[in-house]
Amino acid sequence: MNLQRVEMSKQKPEVRRQNFDEVAFGYTPEEAMAEASRCLDCKKPGCVGNCPVEVNIPDFIRCIKAGDFAEGIRIIRQKNCLPAVTGRVCPQEEQCEGGCVFAKRGGQIAIGRLERFLADWEASQGINTGSIKKPRPTGRKVAVIGGGPAGLTVAGDLIQLGHQVTVYEALHKVGGVLVYGIPEFRLPKRIVRREVDYLTSLGVEMVTSYVVGKTRTVDSLLEEYDAIFVGSGAGLPWFMEIPGNNLNGVYSANEYLTRMNLMKGYTFPSVQTPIKQHHRVAVIGGGNVAMDCARTALRLGAEAHIVYRRSRQELPARLEEVENAEEEGVIFDFLTLPLACLGNENSWVTGLSCQKMELGEPDASGRRSPVAIPGSEFVMPVDAIIYAIGNSPNPLIPSTTPGLAIGRKGNIEAEEATGKTSKARVWAGGDVVTGAATVILAMGAGRKAARAIHRYLQTLEEE
Amino acid sequence: MIPVLERTMVAPNIHNLRLQAPDVARSAKPGQFVILQAEEDGERIPLTISDWDAEKGDITVVFMQVGATTGKLALLKAGDSIPTAAGPLGNPMELGNFGTVICVGGCYGIASIYPIARALKEMNNRVICVVEARSSFLFYWQEKLRKTSDEMIFITRDGSLGRRGHINNLGSIIPSIKGGVDRVIINGCNYVMMRGCEETRPLGIKTIVSLNTLMIDGTGMCGVCRVTVNGSNKFACVDGPHFDGHEVNWDELSSRRQAYLREETVTLRTSAPEKER
Ligand SMILES: Cc1cc2nc3c(=O)[nH]c(=O)nc-3n(C[C@H](O)[C@H](O)[C@H](O)COP(=O)(O)OP(=O)(O)OC[C@H]3O[C@@H](n4cnc5c(N)ncnc54)[C@H](O)[C@@H]3O)c2cc1C
Ligand SMILES: Cc1cc2nc3c(=O)[nH]c(=O)nc-3n(C[C@H](O)[C@H](O)[C@H](O)COP(=O)(O)OP(=O)(O)OC[C@H]3O[C@@H](n4cnc5c(N)ncnc54)[C@H](O)[C@@H]3O)c2cc1C
Ligand code: SF4
Ligand code: SF4
Ligand code: FES
Repeated sequence: MNLQRVEMSKQKPEVRRQNFDEVAFGYTPEEAMAEASRCLDCKKPGCVGNCPVEVNIPDFIRCIKAGDFAEGIRIIRQKNCLPAVTGRVCPQEEQCEGGCVFAKRGGQIAIGRLERFLADWEASQGINTGSIKKPRPTGRKVAVIGGGPAGLTVAGDLIQLGHQVTVYEALHKVGGVLVYGIPEFRLPKRIVRREVDYLTSLGVEMVTSYVVGKTRTVDSLLEEYDAIFVGSGAGLPWFMEIPGNNLNGVYSANEYLTRMNLMKGYTFPSVQTPIKQHHRVAVIGGGNVAMDCARTALRLGAEAHIVYRRSRQELPARLEEVENAEEEGVIFDFLTLPLACLGNENSWVTGLSCQKMELGEPDASGRRSPVAIPGSEFVMPVDAIIYAIGNSPNPLIPSTTPGLAIGRKGNIEAEEATGKTSKARVWAGGDVVTGAATVILAMGAGRKAARAIHRYLQTLEEE
Repeated sequence: MIPVLERTMVAPNIHNLRLQAPDVARSAKPGQFVILQAEEDGERIPLTISDWDAEKGDITVVFMQVGATTGKLALLKAGDSIPTAAGPLGNPMELGNFGTVICVGGCYGIASIYPIARALKEMNNRVICVVEARSSFLFYWQEKLRKTSDEMIFITRDGSLGRRGHINNLGSIIPSIKGGVDRVIINGCNYVMMRGCEETRPLGIKTIVSLNTLMIDGTGMCGVCRVTVNGSNKFACVDGPHFDGHEVNWDELSSRRQAYLREETVTLRTSAPEKER
């Protein structure tokens, strides 16, 4: 057993912290083949069951080993319509790679990097191997609400089954968090663009700047479509209930990242999106979103701090992203609880008042929760504060769709296996059902819903 | 792409823009707005839908040319197109039979108050329109407003038409109205709305304003539009933009609105008299 993963080369930290280009370069064909050759092609592979869309991992790795990249990407695309995305952003350590037989000994096959390699190879060849034969049109129409990974998966699956699909997206670009949230240096926008263009070439109609619930309600769409999938995500940002939140210079992660990504603020002033030059930025939170904000702030020339109330071990972000952030020079202030945003007479942020914490005794769940250290209050001088503490589903669709059962957290209630909601002919999946989760879980939910929608549409045909 | 049907200047710096947007036109209600982009990758800005024709499928926005995006919009001509006009966003204005309603409009608010006045008139309210500008040549849409109101009152800073002064005239106008006033609705720049509310507060008349915050998505996703109303945090795009003006934290609102403004340009964009700026 060879436990040595083939490393993927990256831009050097001191270089990449100055630019918005992608951090990791990806494998060369030789590196990919070397990494692939470590795979044992297990009879009962643990990896596949751990992938929410059940990519046939051993098969595509075998193709890489043999140098047949075209066949490899074809195998992936049977199950995964966004491989260039998932290969980059899936939390592989918890998903596919976590199930690999090597994982226990720390040398799991770099499945994500291999997947990315094949997707990038495909792009470099200027081909798309998804679907070649045109399906027979069924005459059935499906509306997909939200152009994030959940919605795009449903669109891709159903169009290939011959149904007519229209995606309605509120923003002016399709891709969901992939375009407005995850920064360019982690997921170049041209990659999302390419996948969306591919779906368009299959015949999916993309309608942007269309806010369902406002421009048109779900009920009104139901008059025109046979089925509806709601994949509207979890886009409503949370703020802490502390004083000073509405000072200038306090942002939600969504605002900050949207300005930088969707609106290309990082190229200001060549585009109109105004951005401020901040010098010292505090990002509150410890997940992927917080890392993305801190690393963006850093690239715009600020000293970036992550303010997190627990310790490094508890950081919910992917380890790889934490390490990238550390290498680039993001400063981590662990065991630190924000108390108030402070401002000057012009209502601009001047500091974040904080308190130090320590980890207390393990509670019933075994987790050591942080407790405040009395008298440890201090002020962190900063000129911007970014909240990256979570999002919940947007109420726009729930509040305008009678008969749709809504959970306590504002999420749409849907059956796990099928995405079926309480409302006839309406399915839902992704973050709007689960709350903020991951790209691949959203895609998995989309896949299940697409299957269920297809089954339903077939019953109509038989009538 | 959204086709431009017409763009005309209706008063110095104030433009009428008619767009073909059938789905928006079909759903629009008084007080709602659209988010526009003048070009791909440009800023997204909110503008009130000031008129629309559901059958023809067009909407009209009236905007004041103040900055980059409105500057580009001001150059459009029929046959051009813009990438984005998403809407109708925000909640419609609360309508009903209130009795006597004063509809106040300043700058772009002269247009954005129009569909509200029209709807209130249709619901058998007595509608009194108060329009305010620096000088008489800055008024527009007067015929439209006249048709939807029982009475029109003009205020100009230079006294060239109607009453001389500014929005603080409201304090003397209201008591002069026979039968009393049941509700005041003010549209315009934040200064006009804030000062108007100061006049109606001591009179105890419910006053609804349509807040002018920064916005990006207009759907509750970014939070840039947050305002404090009655002590709690609201997102103007989804919880508003209409609020009880007596409950709005105006200081916070104006400082947030101006977060990206260079001081010297402020003078171009407000109708506040010098000493109160
Ligand atoms: C900064 C950031 C970093 C992340 N990093 C990772 C990562 O590294 N790995 C990972 O796996 N996950 C990551 N995630 C989480 C992941 O992006 C989400 O879980 C995933 O995108 C959810 O997909 P979705 O399709 O359910 O929703 P979304 O991607 O949120 O898409 C929903 C879409 O619906 C649109 N919409 C909403 N309401 C309406 C409406 N009324 N009408 C029309 N359209 C509407 C929205 O505009 C949006 O485009 C990250 C999230 C963020 C914010
Ligand atoms: C609900 C609502 C309805 C409105 N209706 C109308 C209307 O009917 N007619 C009308 O004339 N005006 C209306 N406004 C105001 C209008 O949106 C602004 O005048 C417009 O955004 C100005 O854009 P600009 O690019 O031309 O000027 P800008 O140059 O953008 O405005 C001045 C400054 O503000 C900054 N800025 C503007 N928008 C943002 C943003 N989203 N984020 C960060 N910075 C920003 C700019 O960078 C600049 O420094 C409305 C506002 C709201 C909230
Ligand atoms: S889609 Fe994600 S979880 Fe599945 S194999 Fe690819 S990287 Fe792993
Ligand atoms: S579990 Fe690991 S070694 Fe086995 S097939 Fe999957 S990737 Fe290869
Ligand atoms: S404009 Fe983004 S939340 Fe209101």
